[in-house]
Amino acid sequence: MKVGVVTFPGSLDDVDAQRAVRIGGNEAVALWHGDADLKGVDAVILPGGFSYGDYLRCGAISRFAPVMDKVVEAAGAGMPVLGICNGFQILCESHLLPGALIRNDHRKFVCRDQLLRIENNRTPWTSAYDAGQEIRIVLKNGEGGFVADAPTLERLEGEGQVVARYLEMNPNGSMNEIAGITNERGNVVGLMPHPEHAVEELTGSGLDGLGFFTSLVEASFA
Amino acid sequence: MAVAAADPGRDQPWSELGLKSDEYDRIKQILGRRPTGAELAMYSVMWSEHCSYKSSKVHLKQFGEIPQVTPIGPMLAGIGENAGVLDIGQGYAVSFKVESHNHPSYVEPYQGAATGIGGIVRDIIAMGARPVAVMDPLRFGPLDADDTHRVLPGIVAGVGGYGNCLGLPNIGGEAVFDETYLGNPLVNALCVGVMRHEDLHLAKASGEGNLVVLYGARTGGDGIGGVSVLASETFDEDGPAKRPSVQVGDPFMEKLLIECTLELFRAGVVAGIQDLGGAGLSCATSELASAGDGGMHVHLDKVPLRDSTLSPEEILMSESQERMMAVVEPADIDAFLAITTKWDVEAAVIGEVTETGRLLIDWHGETVVDVPPRTVAHDGPVYERPFARPQWQDALQADGAEKLARPTTGAELRATLLQLVASPNLCDKSWITDQYDRYVQGNTVLSQPSDSGMVRVDEETHLGVSLATDCNGRFAKLDPYAGAQLALAEAYRNVATGGALPLAVSDCLNFGSPEDSDVMWQFAEACRGLKDACLELGIPVTGGNVSLYNQTGETAILPTPVVAVLGVIEDVRRRTPSVFQAAGEQVVLLGTTREELSGSEWANVVHGHLGGLPPAVDLGAERDLARLLKDLVGVATSAHDLSDGGLAQSLAEAAMVSGIGATVSLEGDAFLGLFAESTARAIVTVPTAALAELRTLAERHGVPLTEIGVTGGDSLAVEGQFDLDLTELRTAWSATLPAALGS
Repeated sequence: MKVGVVTFPGSLDDVDAQRAVRIGGNEAVALWHGDADLKGVDAVILPGGFSYGDYLRCGAISRFAPVMDKVVEAAGAGMPVLGICNGFQILCESHLLPGALIRNDHRKFVCRDQLLRIENNRTPWTSAYDAGQEIRIVLKNGEGGFVADAPTLERLEGEGQVVARYLEMNPNGSMNEIAGITNERGNVVGLMPHPEHAVEELTGSGLDGLGFFTSLVEASFA
Repeated sequence: MAVAAADPGRDQPWSELGLKSDEYDRIKQILGRRPTGAELAMYSVMWSEHCSYKSSKVHLKQFGEIPQVTPIGPMLAGIGENAGVLDIGQGYAVSFKVESHNHPSYVEPYQGAATGIGGIVRDIIAMGARPVAVMDPLRFGPLDADDTHRVLPGIVAGVGGYGNCLGLPNIGGEAVFDETYLGNPLVNALCVGVMRHEDLHLAKASGEGNLVVLYGARTGGDGIGGVSVLASETFDEDGPAKRPSVQVGDPFMEKLLIECTLELFRAGVVAGIQDLGGAGLSCATSELASAGDGGMHVHLDKVPLRDSTLSPEEILMSESQERMMAVVEPADIDAFLAITTKWDVEAAVIGEVTETGRLLIDWHGETVVDVPPRTVAHDGPVYERPFARPQWQDALQADGAEKLARPTTGAELRATLLQLVASPNLCDKSWITDQYDRYVQGNTVLSQPSDSGMVRVDEETHLGVSLATDCNGRFAKLDPYAGAQLALAEAYRNVATGGALPLAVSDCLNFGSPEDSDVMWQFAEACRGLKDACLELGIPVTGGNVSLYNQTGETAILPTPVVAVLGVIEDVRRRTPSVFQAAGEQVVLLGTTREELSGSEWANVVHGHLGGLPPAVDLGAERDLARLLKDLVGVATSAHDLSDGGLAQSLAEAAMVSGIGATVSLEGDAFLGLFAESTARAIVTVPTAALAELRTLAERHGVPLTEIGVTGGDSLAVEGQFDLDLTELRTAWSATLPAALGS
C-alpha cells in the first residue's frame, strides 16, 4: 500500500511518519504542500510539526495548500487520512473533522509518554488494536486541547467517533479526555499524540504506536 | 567617505559604542583618516569583547597546541571555523559547538534563550551539517528567588519554543542553581549536526566575480545595541526611540533556512557560506572576505529591509536573526534562487567577490566603507589583562568541608538522602525537560534523565553519537584549574557510561569581569587546566565560546567552564542504559571513594558551605574507567556515573527512574560511601553470571571494583542503616520544581 506523507513548510515529524509507514509494512511517498498531486497513493498522513510556525491559528494556513484540495477530495471519496498533532489541527481547519484544538490549559508545551485507550478500532488506522486496548505513546504539543460545542461532543460520543482517550491524566485540558476522533464515515482520523514515535524499541516510547501503521495493511487485506 | 575626508576632525561617538580611545586611534591609523560612521559601526561591534575575544584570546590560543586529532582520526575542521568538524567513521562527520546567550536571556528571557538556540543551530548549518539535536546547560539563581521565577520559566519556554519548532530533539543539558547566578543566569546552548565528509563547507569568499547572496529573514532594527547611540548622535537627533537590543527569533524561518540551505548544498550551488549572528553583516562580510581572496564589494542598499528607515550603520550592525550569507558562482545563481523560492525564503544578491584586498560597501552610490577586511575581522585589539591568584583563595581552600558535622545514625543518613534528592540541583528536572521535544526525528536513543544524550546517525548501520555537558562551578571556585578538568572528566565519563568512545570537546567559558584580576586568574587557570587535561586524555578542543562580564556589582558568578564532550558509538542498539534494568542483578561500584566532601552537594545543601579543595583529579583513572565502560557494552546491563550527590544520588536515580529498588551494603564509613564526591567512579549492574567477566575486565583495565549489593524490591536499602521506600523517595525528588514554579 502506498501512503503519502505531506510536507508543509514547518512540518517536523514528516520523516518520522515516513519511517513508521515503512516499518508498518507500507511504502512511504513524500508529498509536497505546493503540488496538487497525491501521486497515486492509497492513504495520506498529515504529519506533526509547526506548519507556518503556528503563528496564526494552528493549521489555518496549511489548509489552503494546493495539496489539501486533493486530500479533501480523496477523503470525501473514502481514502484513509490520518492527521497527527499539527496534522489533526489541519484536518479540523479543513473541516474534515469537527471541533478545534486550543492552547493547553496549563499554557506550557508538554512532552511525555502518555497512556491512551483505543475507543474505536473500526477505522483503517486503528483496526490492529482491540477496542479498549491501552497503549502508551509519545505526546508532545503546545496546543492540544480538544474543544467542541455540546451538540458536536454529544454526537462524537454517541456515534462512537472518539478514537482514543487520555488515561491517568488529561495532559492538555481536552474535553472528555479526547485524544483522537474520526469523521462519520470513519476514514479520516485525527490524533494529538504521536504514534510514529512509538514504532521502534530503541527510540521513542516503545512499540505501542505501530498499530496505526499496520492497521492499513490489515485493512487492505480485509 | 567624501564626508569623512572633508571633515577629518569631527567628534565621533566611539566611546558610546564601547571603543577605548587607543582603539579609536588605532582605527584612524589603519585607515589613514577618521572612519566613516559606517566603518566606526563595524569596528566597534567587531572589536567588542563578544566578537573579538580581546581579553580571552591570549589564553584561548593554547587550545591550538592540542593536536587536532581525535582518538579515531584527524579533525576535518577545527578552531576558527563556525564550528569544529570531526570524523566519526563510515564516511560521516559531525559538527558540534556550545555557545552562550547569557546577557540577552537576563534582559528578555524568552527571546534571549530562543535566539541562543537559533544562533548555534546556524553555526552548525553553515558547516554543511544537518542539525540533529540540541542540549542546554542552564544556570539560575536560588530556586526561591523572585528573579529566578522571572527568568526561568521564560528561558525554558524560549529554549523549547524555538527548538521544538525547528524539529530538533533536546537530548539533555543541565539546570543548576546558585546564588551567584542571581542577576546573571547562564543560558548555554549546544547543537550537533551530521554530514557526509564531502558535504563540509567552509566560510570563505573566493573567486573574483562570484556573487554574495544574503538570504533568510529581512534585516530589521532588532539586536542593535550601540548603534542607536551612533545614529541618534550623528544622523538623526529626533529619530525613533532606541530599539530593543535583544533580538527576536522566528523559528519557522529558521526551519525553512535549514531545509533550504541543505538543499542548496545538495545542489552544489554554494561556494562559501557564513551564518549571520553577533555583529550581523559587519561580521559576515569582513570574515568571509578575509578568509577568501581578500576583497568584497557590497551594495548595502540591496539588503532587503524590514524597516526602510534604517541607516547604513544600523544595517551593518543589526543582529536580526535567521539570516545567512552565501558566495555563489554566477553560473549557479539561477539554480540557487530557484531553491530559495521553493522554500519561500527571500534572497538578494548584494555584492561580489573582488581581489582588491578591500571590503568596499556602497550606499546609494556613495562609498560608506573602504577597509582591509582583516583589520575588522581578525586584527582587533588583544589584551594581556592582569591576573593574580585572589588573596582570598588560600583561606577558601583552607576551609574544608571535611570538618563539618556529619549524620551518624541510619535515621540521619536516611533524612540526609531525602533532603539531597529534593534539593534544587539534584531534584527531578522534568518540569523543565517535559517542555522540550526529545523524540522528534525519531533517532533519540538516550535523553534526560540519562547521563548523556545519544542519537542514531544511520538507521542501517546503527552508528550514533553521544553528548554530555557538565560543569561544577563550586569545584571551579575552589580551584579553577582542577575545576575545569573535573568538568571535562565528568562529561567524558558520562559519554563513556553510555558505551560511547569520547572524541572531542567544545567549551563554553562563563566567567565574571575580565577587568577583575581575580576573575582573570580564574579564567587563565581554567583554560590551562582544560588544555592540560585534553592533552592527557588525547582529545582536542574543537571550538567554543567565551562569555565574560557575568557579574553584578562586585559579585562574579562561580567560574563556570561548561565542557561538552562528544563521543561515537558504533551500534546504538548496544548502548548501556543508565538505570536499573532488572531485579536480582549485582550492583558494582567502580573506582575509589575517598574522604572528599569539599564543594559537594552535601556541604552545599546541608551546611550552605563552600570551601576546601575539590575532589582529586585523576585523568589516568578516568581514562581507564572509560575504557572499561566501553568494554562492558553488552556485559553490564546499566551504568551510571557518580558525580553530584555521590553514590547516594546515583543509586537513588537508578532506582527511582526504573522502579526497581536495591539493597546495598557499605563497608567502612557509610556516610562517606554515600555522599563523598570522589571522581572516576560509576556504578554498573550485571547479571550474577556475568560477575566473573566484569571482574576480569576491571582487573585488565586496573579499575578497582566493589560489589555493593543487589537490585530488587520496592526500596533503596542500606544494610544496617536504613530502608527508604521508592515512592517516598520519588515523591521527594519530583516535588521540588513543581512546588516552586507551579505545575
